[in-house]
Amino acid sequence: MKRFRRHGHDSQRDKLKQELYQFNKTVEHGFPHQPSALGYSPDLDLLAIGTRSGAIKLYGAPGVEFMGLHDENATVTQVHFLPHQLELVTLLDDNSLHMWTLRAHHGVSELLEVGRFTLTGPPGAPPSVTRVTTVLAHSSGEWLLLGTEGGHVFVVEVPGFRELEERNISVEDVQARIPEEYVTRRNLECVEALQEKPLNPRLVLIGYGRGLMVLWDLDRQCALQHFLGTQQLESVWWMEDGEQILSSHSDGSYCCWLTTEGDVQSQPEKQDTPYGSFPCKAISKVLQFPTKQGPPFVIFSGGMPRASYGDRHCISVIHSKTHIALDFTSRIIDFFVIREGEQHTGDPSALVVLVEEELVVVDLQSDGWPVIQTPYLVPLHCSAITCSHHVSSIPLKLWERILAAGDLQNTHYSNKPWPITGGQNLAPEPPQRDLLLTGHEDGTVRFWDASGVCLYPMYKLSTAGVFHTDADPNDNLNQGAEGEWPPFRKVGCFDPYSDDPRLGIQKIHLCKYSGYLTVAGTAGQILVLELNDENAEQVVPATVVDLLQGQDGFRWKGHARLDVREEPVSFPPGFQPFALVQCQPPAVVTAIALHSEWKLVAFGTSHGFGVYDYQQRSSVLARCTLNPSDQLAMEGPLSRVKSIKKSLRQSFRRIRRSRVSMRKHQTNNAAKLQEINAKLEAEALQEMELAPVQRRIEARSSDDSFTGLVRTLYFADSFITDSTHNTPSLWAGTNGGAVFAYMLRLPPVEHRMEESVTAQQAKEIQLMHRAPVVGLVVLDGRGVPLPEPLEVAHDLARSPDMLASHHLLVISEEQFKLFTLPKVSTKTKLKLTAIDGSRVRRVGVALFGSSRVEDYGENSLVVLSNQGELHVISLPAIKMQVHHPCIRREDVSGIASCVFTKHGQGFYLISPSEFERFSLSARWVVEPRSLVELPDIRTSTVDPSKTSLGDGQGYDGRGVRKGSDGENSARHVMEHALLNDEKVLQEIQKSLEGDQMEQTENNMKPSGIKVLGNCGKGFPAVVLTN
Amino acid sequence: MNKNHRVPSNRTLSTVEVKSKFGAEFRRFSLDRSKPGKFDEFYGLLQHVHRIPNVDLLVGYADVHGDLLPINNDDNYHKAISTATPLLRLFLQRQEEADYSAFGTDSLTRKKTPAVLAAVLLRPEASRKKPPIIISLPRDFRPVSSIIDVDILPETHRRVRLYKHGQEKPLGFYIRDGSSVRVTPQGLEKVPGIFISRLVPGGLAESTGLLAVNDEVLEVNGIEVAGKSLDQVTDMMIANSHNLIVTVKPANQRNNVVRHSNNSGSGSGGVTSGSSGRSTDSGASFYGYSTPGAAAANMTPTHIIQNFRSEELESDEDDEDLVIEAGGEAQPIPMAMAVGPVASCSMPSLPRYEPHLNLRQHNGAMTSSGSAGSLSTPDRGLDRRSLEEDGTVITL
Repeated sequence: MKRFRRHGHDSQRDKLKQELYQFNKTVEHGFPHQPSALGYSPDLDLLAIGTRSGAIKLYGAPGVEFMGLHDENATVTQVHFLPHQLELVTLLDDNSLHMWTLRAHHGVSELLEVGRFTLTGPPGAPPSVTRVTTVLAHSSGEWLLLGTEGGHVFVVEVPGFRELEERNISVEDVQARIPEEYVTRRNLECVEALQEKPLNPRLVLIGYGRGLMVLWDLDRQCALQHFLGTQQLESVWWMEDGEQILSSHSDGSYCCWLTTEGDVQSQPEKQDTPYGSFPCKAISKVLQFPTKQGPPFVIFSGGMPRASYGDRHCISVIHSKTHIALDFTSRIIDFFVIREGEQHTGDPSALVVLVEEELVVVDLQSDGWPVIQTPYLVPLHCSAITCSHHVSSIPLKLWERILAAGDLQNTHYSNKPWPITGGQNLAPEPPQRDLLLTGHEDGTVRFWDASGVCLYPMYKLSTAGVFHTDADPNDNLNQGAEGEWPPFRKVGCFDPYSDDPRLGIQKIHLCKYSGYLTVAGTAGQILVLELNDENAEQVVPATVVDLLQGQDGFRWKGHARLDVREEPVSFPPGFQPFALVQCQPPAVVTAIALHSEWKLVAFGTSHGFGVYDYQQRSSVLARCTLNPSDQLAMEGPLSRVKSIKKSLRQSFRRIRRSRVSMRKHQTNNAAKLQEINAKLEAEALQEMELAPVQRRIEARSSDDSFTGLVRTLYFADSFITDSTHNTPSLWAGTNGGAVFAYMLRLPPVEHRMEESVTAQQAKEIQLMHRAPVVGLVVLDGRGVPLPEPLEVAHDLARSPDMLASHHLLVISEEQFKLFTLPKVSTKTKLKLTAIDGSRVRRVGVALFGSSRVEDYGENSLVVLSNQGELHVISLPAIKMQVHHPCIRREDVSGIASCVFTKHGQGFYLISPSEFERFSLSARWVVEPRSLVELPDIRTSTVDPSKTSLGDGQGYDGRGVRKGSDGENSARHVMEHALLNDEKVLQEIQKSLEGDQMEQTENNMKPSGIKVLGNCGKGFPAVVLTN
Repeated sequence: MNKNHRVPSNRTLSTVEVKSKFGAEFRRFSLDRSKPGKFDEFYGLLQHVHRIPNVDLLVGYADVHGDLLPINNDDNYHKAISTATPLLRLFLQRQEEADYSAFGTDSLTRKKTPAVLAAVLLRPEASRKKPPIIISLPRDFRPVSSIIDVDILPETHRRVRLYKHGQEKPLGFYIRDGSSVRVTPQGLEKVPGIFISRLVPGGLAESTGLLAVNDEVLEVNGIEVAGKSLDQVTDMMIANSHNLIVTVKPANQRNNVVRHSNNSGSGSGGVTSGSSGRSTDSGASFYGYSTPGAAAANMTPTHIIQNFRSEELESDEDDEDLVIEAGGEAQPIPMAMAVGPVASCSMPSLPRYEPHLNLRQHNGAMTSSGSAGSLSTPDRGLDRRSLEEDGTVITL
């Protein structure tokens, strides 16, 4: 049947291909790279993050995720949800505003951009006049107030982005009534803050950079009160009752002003510099919340003493007698507070902080303010990811044991549920349990639940404990000493500093049936671990394997072997190491394979490969693959880097020296010196132009360097010497296009401990094209790849066909070649590089299920090329099926990070902190499906305080504060426009009144119905009931 | 001599007159043009008519251009018969006293008539001003480069084939990014291109003289490089390095092959036996390379001359992956699929590494298997004793 299909009619095959393969990029896991803005909607209970690359991501309850990308690719500087609506507005640093909406389509919400707008100033005005610094989404949901660098406030009607010129608040209007002595030479500077008065949306507080704050009446179009601050303003905050205002300033102070007092106030009611006496850094944002018990929460960011702690990224939380400075490991982007209760007006329950490398949520209601474990946005890169490994369909037992081990590690987290719960996750339950393991630079391995949309951290394994390292294990504990001021507390897990790069994890292999795990690292260390539910204290026996095997004349110039602890080490429940192999020379491990049935581990480096019997804890085989003339392989990675650095440094020194000497001799001849410098530069430039990048065209030879580097290892039970008896075997492929096959002799199970395992070389294949061998697969008599060890024993795979002859598939970087076994002769091949110049970077075997027929599936090769293209290649025919561009070819690290699942999906890093998930399978797709609806309108009466929970207002510290010369002209044009067209003015007035009426009508509507048609884009009005 | 043989008659269409010269003796006979038979039979016939049954002969003939070309296999024998008009002139030499220098394509330029050629043959010393370049036996030649597909390419382009196999010489060139000007419907347009940036002295690319610095690379083994990155093109070239065909637009356009409307003026018919009448192999340079093994397979130029096909590229040398069985010797991996009945029956009877030593007896078989392109031996086992002879012959 299969055979018929393969050779059958083309159109039939094409149809089948459509049922099998379908390419989608489905979801991004991890933490957005370079976040730049934070927004929060208490109504929708959604969190929005904008990034420097122009992406906007929305998160609600776990699984509820939306992503959008601005065409401009400019930094998102602000994100504001429109109150009580499904819309949000983003401000980019190219000064454009964008309207996004969550539109339901087939029962699933989609994030769509529905409009864009750039404020246009009067002709001739400098750009600063219209450069937006602050955005206030008015609680009416009708207007946006845009504060600009020039000090004007523009009013724009949303969602249509219509400028309401008559409502604009110009600097002149404001300045008109300020006392003379306050307005001196300096102008008011940019609009730093715009805040609506709680309980009275007609009044808006405008804060100017210089320190002036003005309470403005939107209806009457006049200023009601002036607060004459004298310090550079950073942010303002209305107290809930609308009677007090907090302002934070660049000198590290915050002030309290009363709105109940006089018209013009020149002194604040109260002023405080929390970390005072010595000069402090700015407090960039301050919030205050009342509590039922009485003492309020005061939360502010920054304000640290400039000299001693100016480099800390802190948010201080003060409540009653408790005062803590939360100390983050990366820059704070923004923060907000979630409040209790249906209407989000109760006590503050959680502080959500977006820092540059992670999202931290602090539980403000539990004692000690513990951190709540985030179900998404987890920083994958808390230590740099060095490798990853995916295991599909984990047995439930193993899954639960890993979860249990992980739970024991999470005791310091809060027990509170995740506070952001917006939207409904409609995605079906994942069909299986999938595990993604990431290896990190600091020697840890993290286990992630990769079954669904949320990449959830399950368990973390650290291998550093096995070795002596320079780092003090108590390093992280000896902070927060008594009486320290400010009272720092470290929060967050982002810690990019590795104590010892040799600990870095390079290869991981987990056997999901037996729970054996092997990890290999940078310094040639291979650890074999097993899952233990109890604590254990044990010595990890180390075996040194010499991979040079008497090849002399080599001297390893790289790093030293890791120093093993000889005393018993205590291991917590979880994966505990019980055997250690150390390669000599201690070069980075480039390939491993684990066979849990035979209890063997194979490992390879750039010098050779070996087999270790972890049952008997003895080395079985060591084979040197080194080319005697390959000196580069002995250098080790570190020394090579150093030498580049050294040579760079030397050349810089040389240049500097020559310049210095010139200066000495011709101190009085500066012009000449300049001329010479210019000439030097020109010469250097010319040199660069004359010597373009060129590539040598040469056939590969056995003398190339790193030909001995072992790229892949593979255990197979197949016909290696004769066609009647299958034997266990090990296959190794090298960088130089060589394949080594070893026949393994395993003692019978009952004598497994006494008799030793032996290995005997059976074959060696040298591919003539000498391209690196990146994959080896043995296909059984039916052309199906051999099952994993123990897979058949657990009844999860058909036992391989041992009657018909087996085939060996050798995947080199350049071509795919199928050989017969046991006599090795070419059967089929597929060239890749010779045809289109791309090379195989990653390869995996995957089972593609048909989306139409339940029980039909095909095994295929999934290949990622160095051009970033994904190819699916059929087995055993080795025919190209489909190909899709997936990763930019310049994104080398993305391509190198790619890992395939057994079901045609894959992951790759799109940034140091984010995995993109893609799917090539038509049947198995994991993608977010979620619905966001407006909450019941009746319960959420207009409560302006909700909109001003601090969702990102002006926390941006924009430094450019230019005087705007064009103010007068701008004003003139505005007036002109208004005066000239009385009719238009009237119309606008009318429509505005109408809008207001409509709004009140909306609020009066009986229950849970909201017409979402106000985008006016002609789509059917969606009526949502709650 | 027999006059009526010279009168063109109907018979000339069906028979070929042969005038065979061995030493000072002539023999005349005729052959059926439509049924020339095998080279072996022809060789036997020559020995018979000259009555020298036990003398090893070197058979040459004068082609239409006056080149002295060898006959030593079915292909060039058939070629000789088919191109003979009206007379096929044969020159036999004893193998042990053969004057190899007379063979070769450059005889084209120096000698125009068979008479002069014969004079050279008879008195080699007399007509030579300076010692000519010594070339080894034609059957020992292996091509190292050739210009192909002249008939289908624009005159401004050149398709060069470099034969890397078995060579100790490096390919020896570098490529770089650059920009070239193209004529498009929108006018002249600057487009990125790939150029040869450097030739390694003594490398294959330099020694052929067919490639030069600043030549623009247009295709690699039939695949256009437009839109491909430098690294991609590098990888393609390296992946095809055993049999690299690059189509270039030479920076120096003065040496281009001038294509004639009729076929007679171009090409060196001796190595041309392609099916396409207009196909030309305008000059192949050869290295003397005494390789008893691979020579027969490689020198039959059938597949070199024809416009190369992509499937032909498939059948080449990279199939000789070496496999070492436990404790055994290195062996090339044969194709599992039988390449043809001839190859499969002739191969097993021969010892590995020297299957073609007995060239004459197995010539027919060798030729056909050679043109199938599947038989060849790894370079390691090759005898390199005549490597010092690698004098370069540049054509064009």
